[in-house]
Amino acid sequence: MRCAVCGRKAAVEVRRQGRAFCPEHYLEWFEHQVERAIRRHRMIEKGERVLVAVSGGKDSIALWEVLRRLGFDATGLHIQLGIDDYSRRALEATRRFAEERKLPLIVVDLKEAYRLAIPELAELTRRRACSVCGLTKRYVMNRVAVEEGFDVVATGHNLDDEASVLLGNVLHWQTDALVRQGPVLPAKEKLAKRVKPLYLLTEREILAYTLLRQLPYQHEECPFALGAKSLLYKEALNKLETAMPGTKQTFLEQYLKKIELVLQRGLSAEEVELKACERCGYPTTGEVCAFCRTWDHAYRWAKRKGRIPGEVRFEAKPRLAFYPEKKEGGAARPAPAEEPAG
Amino acid sequence: MRVVLRTPEKEERELKGPKKVREVLEELGVVPEGVIVARGDELLTLDDEVADGDTIEVISAVSGGAR
Repeated sequence: MRCAVCGRKAAVEVRRQGRAFCPEHYLEWFEHQVERAIRRHRMIEKGERVLVAVSGGKDSIALWEVLRRLGFDATGLHIQLGIDDYSRRALEATRRFAEERKLPLIVVDLKEAYRLAIPELAELTRRRACSVCGLTKRYVMNRVAVEEGFDVVATGHNLDDEASVLLGNVLHWQTDALVRQGPVLPAKEKLAKRVKPLYLLTEREILAYTLLRQLPYQHEECPFALGAKSLLYKEALNKLETAMPGTKQTFLEQYLKKIELVLQRGLSAEEVELKACERCGYPTTGEVCAFCRTWDHAYRWAKRKGRIPGEVRFEAKPRLAFYPEKKEGGAARPAPAEEPAG
Repeated sequence: MRVVLRTPEKEERELKGPKKVREVLEELGVVPEGVIVARGDELLTLDDEVADGDTIEVISAVSGGAR
């Protein structure tokens, strides 16, 4: 197999396009795909500050690297989930990547910020870890973006993630979720714009990019992901893709092009207005947002079990750690006016 | 040939060569769309041949859970 650009021996096949590339031209092709998606959907405008959600896995690390190479002002946000050694190694990979490239990184440690880590939150609320983890990550990402003045949150969602979520939503006809599948979720009051620049690249293509660029990333799978439905959907889609290259892309793109808009119009009558959460002030459709409700619930049980002192109240504002450390004010801050001697 | 599977748990298998990467994956029951196959730093395509003395890695690209 030969490179479609230079004719040298190919290293990576992009079967859905019927092409293959040598390492050099593959990296060029990959970065161009990301740049094109950003431009086509106006994901990031010139001069905007981007907060990249970085788990330490291949997708988010590849995304941060491409954004850096394309010249975007991209700060990483890593959320320490507290899932034993898995989370520790995820932070190590993320910090190593940031330090090697001198990129700014913000870390939110859930255990430090909220006294509970994901395994305890799942246990106390009797919910699946992936469910409370996703809810918490989305809340923290948005809140950090809004309060630290970022214009856009970029996540490493790829074609396999998007196609498998779509398949799951179609199988269960989750119409409320189906209308939020696009690669750009626009900003609203206290809701930062969210974009998915890798949404048309497969996991395999992203892995090839991280290996060829020799990026440090965490290869191991989250222990809670074992047996997750998303893996079953991905496996089914990959079997279809092997037999019919291009299936995943057609499934997602044609949905976004032909169906999502019709669904959005049809469902607009049912659209519920967002109001401010009574607890934290961030947008919700009810009185108290799902994040505050979930954590309040976990706190009630944690107090009953004596894991948290009775007088402690759940505070939704996350504590942030900055790498390199943020200099508070410094010489730039004007000195307070002195009282006139009197 | 020695095949190191990282899907994502590490596992080693010994297969007879020479074989095309496509045949190796078929023998292992691995769906090609979900993996990258590497020989050292070199990434291999399905048509590449693997010799008896080679060591290759089959690396899973699939990740799940809350995204």
